[in-house]
Amino acid sequence: MDRNMTRRTFLGKSSLVIAMTALSGHMNLFNASASGPSPDLPFKPHAFLEITTDNTVIVWVGQTNLGQGTHTGIPMIIADELDADWKTIEVRMALAAEPFKDPLWHMQFTGGSTSTRHRWDLLRKTGAAARQMLMEAAADQWGIPAEQCRTEAGSVYHPDGRRLSYGRLAPAAGNHEVPENPTLKDPKDYKIIGTHRDRLDIPDKVMGKTIFGTDFILPDMCIAVVARPRQYGSTPESYDAKAALAIKGVLKVVPLDNKIGICADTTYAAMTGRDALGINWSKGSNPGLDDATLDVLYQEHLQKSGAVAKNTGDITSALAQADQTVESSYKLPHISHAQVEPINCTAHVEKDRCRIWAPTQGQTVIQMVASKITGLPAEKIEVMTLPAGGGFGLRSEPDPVIDAILLSKAMNRPVKVMWTREDDFANDYFRPANHSRIKAGLDKDGRISAWTHKVAAQSIMSRVMPKMVKNNLDQDAVPGTVDMPYTLPNHRVEYVMVKTPVQVGWWRSVGYSINAFIVESFMDELAHAAGADPVQFRMDHMEKDSRAYNILSLAAEKGNWNSPAPQGRARGIAVTACFESFAAHMAEVSVDKNGRITVHKVICALDCGTAVNPSAIQAQAEGGVVMGLSVALYEKVSFANGGVNTANYGNYPVLTMSEVPEIEVHIAKNNLKAGGIGEPVFPSVGPAVANAVFRATGVRLRELPFDQKLLINA
Amino acid sequence: MITLHVNGKKQTVDADPDTPLLWVLRDHLGITSVKYTCGIAECGMCTVLIDGEAQRSCVVSVEDAKDTRITTVEGLPGNHPIKMAWIEKQVPQCGYCQPGIMLQATDFLSRNPNPSQAQIDEAMDDVICRCGSHPRIRQAIQLAAKMTEKQGG
Repeated sequence: MDRNMTRRTFLGKSSLVIAMTALSGHMNLFNASASGPSPDLPFKPHAFLEITTDNTVIVWVGQTNLGQGTHTGIPMIIADELDADWKTIEVRMALAAEPFKDPLWHMQFTGGSTSTRHRWDLLRKTGAAARQMLMEAAADQWGIPAEQCRTEAGSVYHPDGRRLSYGRLAPAAGNHEVPENPTLKDPKDYKIIGTHRDRLDIPDKVMGKTIFGTDFILPDMCIAVVARPRQYGSTPESYDAKAALAIKGVLKVVPLDNKIGICADTTYAAMTGRDALGINWSKGSNPGLDDATLDVLYQEHLQKSGAVAKNTGDITSALAQADQTVESSYKLPHISHAQVEPINCTAHVEKDRCRIWAPTQGQTVIQMVASKITGLPAEKIEVMTLPAGGGFGLRSEPDPVIDAILLSKAMNRPVKVMWTREDDFANDYFRPANHSRIKAGLDKDGRISAWTHKVAAQSIMSRVMPKMVKNNLDQDAVPGTVDMPYTLPNHRVEYVMVKTPVQVGWWRSVGYSINAFIVESFMDELAHAAGADPVQFRMDHMEKDSRAYNILSLAAEKGNWNSPAPQGRARGIAVTACFESFAAHMAEVSVDKNGRITVHKVICALDCGTAVNPSAIQAQAEGGVVMGLSVALYEKVSFANGGVNTANYGNYPVLTMSEVPEIEVHIAKNNLKAGGIGEPVFPSVGPAVANAVFRATGVRLRELPFDQKLLINA
Repeated sequence: MITLHVNGKKQTVDADPDTPLLWVLRDHLGITSVKYTCGIAECGMCTVLIDGEAQRSCVVSVEDAKDTRITTVEGLPGNHPIKMAWIEKQVPQCGYCQPGIMLQATDFLSRNPNPSQAQIDEAMDDVICRCGSHPRIRQAIQLAAKMTEKQGG
C-alpha cells in the first residue's frame, strides 16, 4: 500500500470528506478531511463523499456506468440520508480502489445487479454520518445540543430558524469523528429516494459529450487492432508484415503468441493494415465444430448422469406414485452480448506504473492481470473506468486489457486497442447454450409431487473461478432450477458439464437468464396437464402472500388476466425470484397463419424492494422486455468450421423498433432493502411469450429462438 | 488534403480519399459523438446529416463528403427539440447509440413533422439500441414533433 499518499495530499480543497477503509475485511467509514481527527492510515483513502465550502456535494462512485442508472441512484441514497440539496450533487467516477470493492464479494465488479443492493446500508450510513457531523458542527457554533438541530436541503437549522449551509459547516464538521452508527431515516421521511430524478449522466449523453472507451484520446497515443484467430486453437502460420507497413499510418506489426497486433496513427489505418497482412491461419484444434456437431454433443450429454445440484425428498418413489407424469426437453443456443460499443481498452505502461482506461465491469480482475503482465505491484496499476456502451457481463473479461498492455510495452507509448464488430462476435464469451430435460409428477389433485431437471451446459466457473467448481458441479449453471419460487416436496436437479472450446461467460441475469425460460415454460406445461389456470397453478405452489406470490398477482391484475384477451390474442405469464427481487411478465400475443408472432403488449411487475429512482428502474424494465423479446425471437450464435460463424449484426439480428410492443411497468411499493433491477427484469420475458403462444396456438415452443415455422396454420 | 464543412466550420484533413467519413470525423477531427459499431451500415450509430439527410458515415467516403454540409449531434443547438425531448423523456441508457439515432430522428422529423407512431416505427426500424430505449425514443420523437410545432418549425 502507498504510504506516501496521505489524506492531506489527496484532498485538495474539500472540507468534509468521508472515506472508507477496508482493513481486515471490515468496512469502516472514516473522516478523511484535511483537518480531521483520523489517524494517518497506512493506505490510500478513497472518498465516498466530499462536501466543499462552495456547497458542492461530490459523490464518488466505484461502479461502472453502463447506463443502468446507478450513477444517479447511488448519489440519491447518500443525498437523502444527508438531507442534501439535490441541485448541489455531483457524481464522479473513482479510480479503482480497495474501498470500492463489493462489500460481500471483495472485488470491484459491476454485475449481478449488486451496485445498490450490496451497498444499501453502506450508502445510507455514509450520508447519515456526514449529516450527523454537520449537525454537531452547527450545534457547537450555536452552543446548543445537536439533537435540537434539524436539517433540510443542504442546511442545518437552529430551532429559532437560523440556518447554516453545509458548505459553511464543512470545515468544522471535518474535525468531528465519523459516528459509527448514525441514525438512519425512517423510510417515511425519505425525500429523494423513491422520487423521480433525472439521471445525472443523460445531458452529456444527449449532447454527444460523453467519452466512452472507444472515444478516449491521449496525446502521443497510437491505435491498434489485433488479428485474432477465427478458429479455435488456430495460429498465424504466415503473414506479410511489409504489406501492412506499406499502408500509410501503420507504425508497427507486433506478433503476440497466437495473435498479431497492428499499431497505427488511426483506427482505419490499423484496420487496413490488418487486412493487408493476408494471414494464413492454421486449421485449429476443432475444425469439424459447427452447429450440428454441437447439437449432437449436447444431446449426448443430456443422456449422461450428472452432478447432483439439489435432491430433496424421494424423487424416484414420488414419480412412481404420481397420478400422471409430464416430460419435456428444451434447447437454448449460445447468444452474444452484442453490446453496441465494441470491446476496447487504452493502456500506458511506464517504468514504475501502468495506467488503464477502459469501459470495464471488472476493475479488480484488470488490476490482477495487469500486475501479472507488467510485474508491477497492484497499487501501481491505475484503472480509470470509462462509461460503457453496454456490457451485459462481457466487460468483466480482461482480454482487451492484455492486448493493450502488451502493445503499449512494445510501442513504449499509450495504445488504444479497438475491436471491430467482427472481432467482438468471434471473441465474445457467449451466454452458454443449455439443453435441459424435466420430468415431473402430478398427484390426483393436480399438484406437483415430483420434479427432476437435468441441465447439460458448459461451465463458466471452470474458467473464471475453477476452485468454485467441486465434483463437476458448477453452481452457476443451475440458478433458477434449484431455487424456484415454488414449494416442491420432491425436487432433484442434476448438472452435466459439457466441454467445448466455445468461450462462455456471464450474460445478463446469468443462470436465471437461461433456466427461467425452461422452468417457467414447463410450469405452464404442468398447469395445462393439470387442467389448471397458469396463474392459479403457480400460486397454488407458492407461499401465500410471499413476495413472488404478490408480484405474480400484480402482473395478473394489471394485465387483466381474468378477463378475456382481445379478439385474436392470447396471454401468457411467467415469474422469477432472483437477485433479491421478484419479477413477473405477462405477454399478449397473436400468431398469424404464416406462423408470425406479434407481441402486442408486455406487462412487467417488479418488486425490487425500495425503488430508489422509479423512472430509471422503469427504463431498465423496458430494456429487459426489449432484450427478452429479442432473445426469444431472434438471437442465436452460429458456429462453422471450428469457429464462430456469426460475424456482424447482419447475421445476428436483434429486435428493432417496429416489433417493440407497448410496455407497461408496475413497481411494487414497499420499504424493504433495495434488490437488484437490471437482471431480474429480463428472465421471465421469454417464457411469458412462449406461454402466450401456446395459449394462442396449442403449440409449445421449447427451443430458442422460437421456430415460427412450427406455428404455420397452427 | 480534403476540405470538409462540419457543424458550420471548415476543416482540412489529410486522409486517403476512400477513407470512410466516420474515421475521419473520429480520428482526424476528434468528433467522437459519431460512433463506430458495425462498420457496414447495419446499426445506425455512425449516422451524420449530410446536407440535412441522415447517412451512415461508415459507408460514405471522405471524398464524397467534400462540398457537403456535415452535421453531427454537436452541431444541433442545445435547445434543439430533439435534444430537449431526449432529456425530457430520459431516453438514453448507455447512450452510445443515441447521437446517431437522434440525427436520424432529426432528418425524419424534417420530412415528416407530424408523424404517427406507425410512421415513427417504420422510420426508426433500421437502427440498433441494445439497451432497449425504443419506447422512450418513440415518445421523444412525438414530443419533439410537438415542440417543433410550438416553436413554429
